[in-house]
Amino acid sequence: MIEFLQQLINGISLGAIYALIALGYTMVYGVLRFINFAHSDVFMLGAFVGYYAVKKLGVPVGGLAGGLLVLCLAMSICAIVGILIERLAYRPLRSRPTLSVLITAIGVSLLLQNLGQSVFGANPKAFPRLFPETNLHLGQLSITSNQLLVIAVSLVLLAGLHFIVHRTKTGTAMRALSFNATASSLVGINNDRIISFTFGLGSALAGAGGILYAMNYPSIDPLMGTMPGLKAFVAAVLGGVGSLPGAALGGLLIGLIETFVAGTGWSTYRDAVAFAILILILLLRPAGLLGKSRSDKV
Amino acid sequence: MLPRSQIVLLISLITAGIISASSSRIDDYILDVILGIGINIILAVSLNLINGFTGQFSLGHAGFMAVGAYAAGTLTTGPGKVWFDASGASPALLFPFVLFAGGLTAAVVGLAVGAPSLRLKGDYLAIVTLGFGEIIKVILQNIEWLGGSRGMVGIPSYTSFFWCFGAAAVTIYAAWALVNSTLGRGFLAVADDEIAAEAMGLNTTRYKIIAFVTGAFFAGIAGGLYAHLKGYISPAGFDFNKSIEIVVMVILGGMGRHVGVVIAVVLLTVLSEKLRDFGDKRMIVYSALLILLMLTRPQGLFTWKPARKAITG
Amino acid sequence: MNRSPFHPSTFGSLFAAVCLSLAGCKPADTGGTSKDAGSGTGSGANPGKIRVGEYASLTGSEAAFGQSSHKGTQLAFEEINKSGGVLGRQIEHLVEDTQSKQGESATISKKFISRDKIVALLGEVASGRSLEAAPTCQAAGIPMISPSSTNPKVTEMGDYIFRVCFTDPFQGRLLSEFARKTLKAQRVAILSDTASAYSVGLAKFFKDPFMAGGGQIVLEQKYSSKDKDFKAQLTAIKAVNPDAICVPGYYTEAGLIVAQARQLGILVPIFGGDGWEAPQLIEIAGGKALENTYYSTHYSSENSDPLVQAFVAAFKARFNGETPDAMAALGYDSAKVLIDAIKRAGSTEGPKLRDAIAATKDFPCITGRTTLDASRNASKAAVILTVKDNKFKYVETVSP
Repeated sequence: MIEFLQQLINGISLGAIYALIALGYTMVYGVLRFINFAHSDVFMLGAFVGYYAVKKLGVPVGGLAGGLLVLCLAMSICAIVGILIERLAYRPLRSRPTLSVLITAIGVSLLLQNLGQSVFGANPKAFPRLFPETNLHLGQLSITSNQLLVIAVSLVLLAGLHFIVHRTKTGTAMRALSFNATASSLVGINNDRIISFTFGLGSALAGAGGILYAMNYPSIDPLMGTMPGLKAFVAAVLGGVGSLPGAALGGLLIGLIETFVAGTGWSTYRDAVAFAILILILLLRPAGLLGKSRSDKV
Repeated sequence: MLPRSQIVLLISLITAGIISASSSRIDDYILDVILGIGINIILAVSLNLINGFTGQFSLGHAGFMAVGAYAAGTLTTGPGKVWFDASGASPALLFPFVLFAGGLTAAVVGLAVGAPSLRLKGDYLAIVTLGFGEIIKVILQNIEWLGGSRGMVGIPSYTSFFWCFGAAAVTIYAAWALVNSTLGRGFLAVADDEIAAEAMGLNTTRYKIIAFVTGAFFAGIAGGLYAHLKGYISPAGFDFNKSIEIVVMVILGGMGRHVGVVIAVVLLTVLSEKLRDFGDKRMIVYSALLILLMLTRPQGLFTWKPARKAITG
Repeated sequence: MNRSPFHPSTFGSLFAAVCLSLAGCKPADTGGTSKDAGSGTGSGANPGKIRVGEYASLTGSEAAFGQSSHKGTQLAFEEINKSGGVLGRQIEHLVEDTQSKQGESATISKKFISRDKIVALLGEVASGRSLEAAPTCQAAGIPMISPSSTNPKVTEMGDYIFRVCFTDPFQGRLLSEFARKTLKAQRVAILSDTASAYSVGLAKFFKDPFMAGGGQIVLEQKYSSKDKDFKAQLTAIKAVNPDAICVPGYYTEAGLIVAQARQLGILVPIFGGDGWEAPQLIEIAGGKALENTYYSTHYSSENSDPLVQAFVAAFKARFNGETPDAMAALGYDSAKVLIDAIKRAGSTEGPKLRDAIAATKDFPCITGRTTLDASRNASKAAVILTVKDNKFKYVETVSP
């Protein structure tokens, strides 16, 4: 029983990180209908911004202020990078078939990874400790302050996003764009601006995710984004791509499933399980758990 | 009188045989690079059937290569060796059957992967094939009698110039013949507009599966050749990056083009050797090139005619 | 479709391609390299340079190990060239990067042998890539010395293949002894990396003697290289309450595993092999979590032996104050063993050189006195290190 509860805690805290990354995928997919492969590398970039902010710029860490400063720095730099990627690589292709955009996205992802390997070096680096850390013990159960932080930040960001999408003017425009891009520009929405905003927001989330991930798993390398990125993508699809609560639910489920698979001695197939879920969900319920199904437009 | 295409194939095979007979005079390193080109041609041309002509996007080609490599390796090195030795025939004669068996195994796996996943479109298919490639790697890592993560050691070097380029010529011929057959029209229809093709009464999934399985078959053959060239294979060598390498060759050459792809393979492989000292910088250039190409020259670097509609949109 | 000009030109381009690559590569062959290369293989009468090849993973996932090893090798050759070379000739040290990728090692070894005409090959850190290059060296009769490939298969590839490090069976045996005698552990859990041949092998070589000695493996859990979250496996391990945990993996994961185990309140000793050896281990796990952890490795930079201290000082002077790790020491040793063998053979011819390397006996290496046994493996002592106050500390030496 204790073991089960501990695995539950492990699964939820892992799932919270997947959820955080999945939110970014889902937002971009919602407005542009394509998978931003480079999202997981922006996530990696976020972790490295944090690393260099501490090591090279000498942002003092260990206290709350320094940690938050690093977090904000990573989020803003990632937002800028995200907007630039969209502006330079994706926007010129907007009228092209998805395949061209997909290839470009893979190209951007590879470029970031390889630039990372050459600029940051391929060796894993130890991520500095940003916030004061403690282990909390509840009887036999244990949870770290970092795990709690991840869960809290994910919840706050989810609520914030929900507010932006459903309660602000920009959010209404985002939703309009996602329903029908032509119609939204007809009613006076500046599609380009909304898409830039979405990319910026999604990338800022990725940056925050990168920092939180690196705090929990303090070994960072330029290829660190690939696996969590793929898992988060599976989470987004599982929850229903385009749906914010869906992404959070999907992330949580993937985190839990993985943890229980790994905890019962099937850990070698843990990555395989995520992909198996992806295939199953796409075949059985392509719209995902919370998504609305839509048919292809001719 | 044979059709012209078959004459060309025959001439190619004979030329390959002649060059092969004198290949002992080429030094080992250059032979290794040239055979590497042959294997990459098979991989790129077969992936082009899926990604280029049929307009799908597979990111798991290295997985099929792995299946072919392991299946062929099992016959000459692993448990199948008993049978291989007992047959009494010369290894050189048996080798094409070994390659064929590798291709067949890959094709069967291709069918198992393709049948459920090819109902998906575009980016979903890309992720699912990527996932399958990784799953194949994980499964191979867990099979003890195939060497597990240590890999398969001591595979004999049967890959000669003739078998390598013979197989490459056959692959190109088969891809060409397929694309220009009734089936090939189906591929192009799927690539051009899947919904319209379906509306015309085409069973699009069937065409996609045929292209996919054929591609997997030749990837398996390439795997067998690779295993018997390098003498050592391990699951980690057939990862996502290997798939990406093949994808880059197809895209640089021009999707849905044979000539461009072959030129791209040769140039990239030779350049990779020449630019050995630049190591990791090479991949930066490739990925930047990929983006620039999509933005400015989506038909590929080595294709001068404008690409078909499906790719330029 | 562009039917008629389309396919013949494809075949045309295929063969044009072959000719092109032939033409592209050949001139370079007859150009610079082959002239001095001819002298390189001479029987010693020729005063040209001796060419030695080294292939290492300088980039990619195992770059940390490859870089270290390469620096050691580089230092050894620089030293010998400064002191006048060997047999009166300088050594030309050729280096190629395998990018931690499969397929590269075979090509590189062929390049070294057929074009650069090397007399011996040094490398690789990873067993998988050593296994790939070994058949080429064996077939060409060029001796190959691996600095730190510990998988037993490597030297089984042929009588031209050597190594200067101990093997995984030895390391596994000593870890099992250490667990039973020093740690007094009876019930041990194993957490190994299925994606790494090294980890799978070492886990097995630990398990067999440990169980033969009456120990009990209470749980075996697995992970894959590049995983970051091990809490699921560790929670399962915690539930069976072992006396110690064996983590035969690389430092990248081992560091995270130790940190997460301590977070979960697992305070029993955790131990592993030479894959832990890297300064980043302490940075990743944190010094406090690493207390009560142990790993076996090839040498300790704290060893007071003057030979070791001279090496550490020279290495620090050459590479910006960096402290050499075990990989660097083994890279250095592999070059030293080769130089010594060339001296004794008085020649750089393959068979003579092979016999001289095979006859290496009690050679003073940085990683201990080295004797190559009949199966071309080094038999030498290993050391066990622990971490105290954010520093690696020497615990004991285990002789074979």
